[in-house]
Amino acid sequence: MAKEGLRHTPLYEEHKDLGARLVDFAGYEMPVQYSGIQAEHNAVRNHAGLFDVSHMGEAVFRGPDTESAVQRLVTRDVARLDVGQAGYSAVCYEDGGTVDDVIVYRREGDFLVVVNASNREKDLEHFRENTEDLDVQVADESDDWALLALQGPAAAGLLQDLTETDLSDLKPFRFAEGEIDGARSIISRTGYTGEDGFELYLSPDDAPRVWRRLIEAGATPAGLGARDTLRLEAGMCLYGNELDAQTTPLEAGISFAVHLDKEERFIGQRALLLEDTQGLRKMLVGFEMEGRGIARHGHHITSGAEIVGEVTSGTKSPTLEKAIGLALVDPGVEDWFEVVIRDNPVPAKRVSLPFYKRDRG
Amino acid sequence: MNIPEDLQYTKSHEWVRIEGDTATIGITDHAQDELGDVVFVELPEEGATFDAGESFGTVESVKAVSDLYTPVGGEVVEVNSALEDAPENINEDPYGEGWIVKLRTTDGADLLSPEEYEKVVEEES
Repeated sequence: MAKEGLRHTPLYEEHKDLGARLVDFAGYEMPVQYSGIQAEHNAVRNHAGLFDVSHMGEAVFRGPDTESAVQRLVTRDVARLDVGQAGYSAVCYEDGGTVDDVIVYRREGDFLVVVNASNREKDLEHFRENTEDLDVQVADESDDWALLALQGPAAAGLLQDLTETDLSDLKPFRFAEGEIDGARSIISRTGYTGEDGFELYLSPDDAPRVWRRLIEAGATPAGLGARDTLRLEAGMCLYGNELDAQTTPLEAGISFAVHLDKEERFIGQRALLLEDTQGLRKMLVGFEMEGRGIARHGHHITSGAEIVGEVTSGTKSPTLEKAIGLALVDPGVEDWFEVVIRDNPVPAKRVSLPFYKRDRG
Repeated sequence: MNIPEDLQYTKSHEWVRIEGDTATIGITDHAQDELGDVVFVELPEEGATFDAGESFGTVESVKAVSDLYTPVGGEVVEVNSALEDAPENINEDPYGEGWIVKLRTTDGADLLSPEEYEKVVEEES
């Protein structure tokens, strides 16, 4: 029952064969779950899960001014990245509001910037408009790549059996070109779950075979539902929830991805320096529900009669078995507040982030 | 799709068992399957009264919040408080352990037969 006008990733037939529940996500018909969100979530925490994230966008910067162009566009200082290293970064407007959050890969001679599917067109336009004066080409290679995310404590073991690339040499946020079961791939030790794991960039033709091999090897297919609960437990931002044009990366708690002291100026730097000096207008906090109920995106946060913020994401945490959430609140808010769920203020308490941190042995 | 012959149904995917003036209400197998893992149930107070068609609570899965509607008016005489600690009973046994509320009915309602409900489900998919 293909829905009209929706795009499909190269793994679409695999999802149908596995009986996935498919939903519209950023214009793609994507699997939200296969066996069930909690079972898939637990598979990633305890063993290995496999996600199709081919809907993500890939922009490649090439040309003599490539590094200057990327430096201007992203908040991270990419001069500090080695070839073969990736970095999480924000992309900002002049006023400090966030265009997107991205991963920048420094390759030999070019940069690959991976963007959120829902922001692909907007980002490409922003990238090109703001680098018109430079000698750089920005190519949208989104349709040339399938992207699989293999995540969980067993991920490295499963993948090592299918590749000659020595994964023990591949540290977090490093990547290498290699082959997986004979298919050329960029193997990147990155992810969005709080677990060890890999993101595998593959040609659309090879991706279904590699997907099936990884499942045969014991990875559990996991959908966007589990991807969301996993990233939330790990305290990671989702664009459109924690980050948007009205929220700066400093407010959303990702200052580790912002190099305010970067010498080559970047778009939004002045506004972020000012906010850093004058203090945040709002800030991201994590909380646990003390009373019964699950906080959801958009619920108000109150302190007595006063509205002091808004929930950006909330769920029942499968790992902690508690209702948890993230909220953008007024700075200086007390550690106890209420989440207004269907007109009822329900007590919640602030907790430190992340909610879940893997045991690194 | 499990649609027991001895129950009646609503278009909003509740099932109803009428015994004398008591109506036991839950959500159908189709509804729990559509929702996914149920993680939270908001139950009404015993003694509360509802008109037919009114929302009496909510069922939440990991991703979605769904309102519960009573097809019959009446007073809540019992709630399945076991669901507060074991909301997954709704997934595992929607017509048994997963029942949600019992009402003493004050009015009748326009309920669907199992055959009529099956058509509703087919039309949606």
